[in-house]
Amino acid sequence: MMKRDDALKSLARHYRDGITVSVYQSAFDWIQIRPHPLNYLCTGAMGQASSHGLGLALGAPTEKVVILDGDGSLLMNLGTLVTIANLAPKNLFHFVCQNNMYEVNGKYPIPGVGRIQFDQMALAAGYRHAFSFDEIARFDSEIGEILNLDGPVFVCMHIEPGEYYPMDYVTIHSEQSRAIFRNALQSRLKSHN
Amino acid sequence: MNQNNPTSPIKGSSIIKAFEDAQIKSIVALPDIVTCETVLWPISSHPKIMFIPVCKEDEGVSICASLSYCNHRAVLLIQHTGFLDSINAIRVIAVEYQLPVVMVVGLQGAEPDVHPSNSSKVGIRAVGPICDALGLDHQFIKDEPDAGMITDWIEQAYTESFPRVIFLSQPPV
Repeated sequence: MMKRDDALKSLARHYRDGITVSVYQSAFDWIQIRPHPLNYLCTGAMGQASSHGLGLALGAPTEKVVILDGDGSLLMNLGTLVTIANLAPKNLFHFVCQNNMYEVNGKYPIPGVGRIQFDQMALAAGYRHAFSFDEIARFDSEIGEILNLDGPVFVCMHIEPGEYYPMDYVTIHSEQSRAIFRNALQSRLKSHN
Repeated sequence: MNQNNPTSPIKGSSIIKAFEDAQIKSIVALPDIVTCETVLWPISSHPKIMFIPVCKEDEGVSICASLSYCNHRAVLLIQHTGFLDSINAIRVIAVEYQLPVVMVVGLQGAEPDVHPSNSSKVGIRAVGPICDALGLDHQFIKDEPDAGMITDWIEQAYTESFPRVIFLSQPPV
């Protein structure tokens, strides 16, 4: 098992400057670990992060898109694996923080704890690559190369809470967050044209 | 909607033309029996419009919303049952976040010559009041002259950054 913030800090070292779409506790951690105008935070409804990420990957094909999904969130939108695999954007990297619980909703276990293998689900749906990590040293040594693969790539991170980061719901739902992201993405897209 | 002065039914080709005129780059869709034959099948092989098939309608709400950040115009083509199933996503992502999610929604099973608000079917009767409760602009269309407003509505949605719903109460021809 990896501490979530250790895994996210490692990811941030290898992915310093691209689009991310994150949810719930991963988002709260991520905006402290890697504050960045290309952090897309306003996913709105539970389960929808990967669908937002897919839209960004299709609409901005010159940009990498890293999704930081949750296990309970992914279970709410499992068809997304098939939708993404079918469209197969090379720039989409779908990470799932598997902590086996609805952490911000009372820490109640998700269904199927101990049986679910999200990486196998992703492969069966048609993702090009899928990985599973439960040890930070191996994650840290391999994640850089994984981010250079053609997507869609799926990465399951078996995590437990690490350092406490505040649950900043105001930021992740704010109009300001959307405006900052929009302006940053527009600038990035213009620089590619 | 010209419920009391029936004219020719709206054409699928006119709907597709309206999408082209509104510079739509993608159609995000689940098959809807109202539009499948005359809109979805033709658009799925359109040379200039990307077709994005989804497994569930709320995925499409999110995809259309995030595409809007990329200056990429899209329409979500779904059935009213999927619209009803996606209300929470529509409520927060489209309405509360004020994003230009444009939905063209077939009213499956709507009775001919009965306005949807008077339908005997709860699901069809409910869509208008649900939109009203959400503050979601919507129109019911079925006739060919109604096709002219589709492009304008899409333009308004993107200009004002706010969602719009167009309900088709009869299958296009």
